[in-house]
Amino acid sequence: MAEPYARLSGRRTYLTLIGSRIRSQLTYRSSFFVNLVNSFFLGLLEFTEIYILLHNAPTLGGLTFLQAALVFGLANLGFALADLVFGQVDSIPRYLREGTLEAFLVRPLPLLAQMITADFQLRRAGRAVFALLVLIIVLVRMDLDLTAATTSLLLATPVVGAAIYGALFVLAGGIQFWIIDGTEFTNAFVYGGAYAGQLPGSVLMLPIRVLFTFVVPATITGYVPALLIMGLPGPPWLPAWLGWFAPVFAVSIWTLAGLAWRLGIRKYTGAGG
Amino acid sequence: MHRYLELARAEFRRHSTYRLAIAAGIFTNTIFGFIRAGVLFAAIAAAGGSINGYDPQQASTYVWLGQALLAPVAMYGWTEVSDRVRTGQIAIDLARPVDLQLSYWARDLGRAAFALPTRGLPPLLLGALIIGIALPPSWTAYPLGLVSLVLGISISFLCRYGMNLISFWTLDIQGYLNAYVLVLGLLSGFYVPVHIFPDWLRQAAYASPFPSMFQAPIDVLSGRASGVEAFPVLGVQLLWLVLLVVLTRLMLWRAAKRLVVQGG
Repeated sequence: MAEPYARLSGRRTYLTLIGSRIRSQLTYRSSFFVNLVNSFFLGLLEFTEIYILLHNAPTLGGLTFLQAALVFGLANLGFALADLVFGQVDSIPRYLREGTLEAFLVRPLPLLAQMITADFQLRRAGRAVFALLVLIIVLVRMDLDLTAATTSLLLATPVVGAAIYGALFVLAGGIQFWIIDGTEFTNAFVYGGAYAGQLPGSVLMLPIRVLFTFVVPATITGYVPALLIMGLPGPPWLPAWLGWFAPVFAVSIWTLAGLAWRLGIRKYTGAGG
Repeated sequence: MHRYLELARAEFRRHSTYRLAIAAGIFTNTIFGFIRAGVLFAAIAAAGGSINGYDPQQASTYVWLGQALLAPVAMYGWTEVSDRVRTGQIAIDLARPVDLQLSYWARDLGRAAFALPTRGLPPLLLGALIIGIALPPSWTAYPLGLVSLVLGISISFLCRYGMNLISFWTLDIQGYLNAYVLVLGLLSGFYVPVHIFPDWLRQAAYASPFPSMFQAPIDVLSGRASGVEAFPVLGVQLLWLVLLVVLTRLMLWRAAKRLVVQGG
């Protein structure tokens, strides 16, 4: 039975799948374009909140508009990239309810890999483009004294951020196997994390700040590395040097996510389909 | 009238079965409330204690009333009518002896009547206990606020219903819905109060029905628009309600004609 798949092995299988998904999305060009533009505006509208607040106040959590925009850009780019790749995992409750998950499980590929490739949503790229645009403008306008260390931090942060948010998507997906009706419960961590992460962490009340740093490492995706890049100290419970440990946060949350995902699938008994 | 009341009641009961979803909704709205309150407090502190009438206590009131109204007003994603248009079942719905718009409207009010005490009040109470909120300066804020809230829910429903009716012309309305939700999120005052927008953006918001869904009930309930000041707010809401009823009636009338032509 494995014969037909033998020719497509390992990485090539996934590249072929992603390629076919992208081609299929590009087939309906106008629809794809509308979604791409929408996704760009989603980023823009999220940014509007920071723009409005700093239109009324000189600083937000001790940061000027440009500094707050750097935090937004870093965290938002990380989240947008994670959403592009792992956003599909968010549909697990729907697959569970409709009993369509079996169709994925009988195929000879890991479920998570299929989730990623089954709907690699290139149309969500607009949001990443907007975040990147914010970052570029901020870096041009802000007079940063970049060293080798802070430059590498600048480049690594969106990638590590994407890893952290990706882990949150997978962790939430794994939990869905237990609480199908409780999707909103995990939304607090995934989308609450995305929201908290793109704000200057100092605005968060202390318990919320601790929650979104040490339980859900959202402040690590933007604010804390931005402090290091700008050479600022952190507020209580959020020292800037934590930023150097961002990869450690990513690895630990992925360990948790992997565990939840495995246990979730093992628990799944199917809908009798 | 009786049959619409029954529809509202059925919807009320239907929603009471999702206990876990209710608990999860309360949890999420509370967490988001704390984040939102923190941001506003920080901006207000940096601005010197108040932004356009919002001191920390008023800001807290705005945030927690907003988190409480989120579920009842339900501005986001609803595709029930458009799904039925796509599958063709709408033809059967139109043949039923109840008015399509009124039956969905009644059901939406039933849904909201359940959502308000179960999903709305808990975050409000938690926020009031932990951070504190301001009570309105006059008792009239409660009855007037309730009227404003019913108007807000109805305007939210009519907009969603209107968006769904677009599917009579184009089957895939997802793109339109996404764009609608984006604009609505900002202009309704959901992220940040409309009153602290820069001028050009505030004008854009006031020219749309969105603040009438969300900002208006919050203003009346919190007493920001107190006593007679509440009447212009209610007046604008009423205007949007009438406008949207006429618009959606016209849309369905045109759509039904097309449906007959297609032999549905």
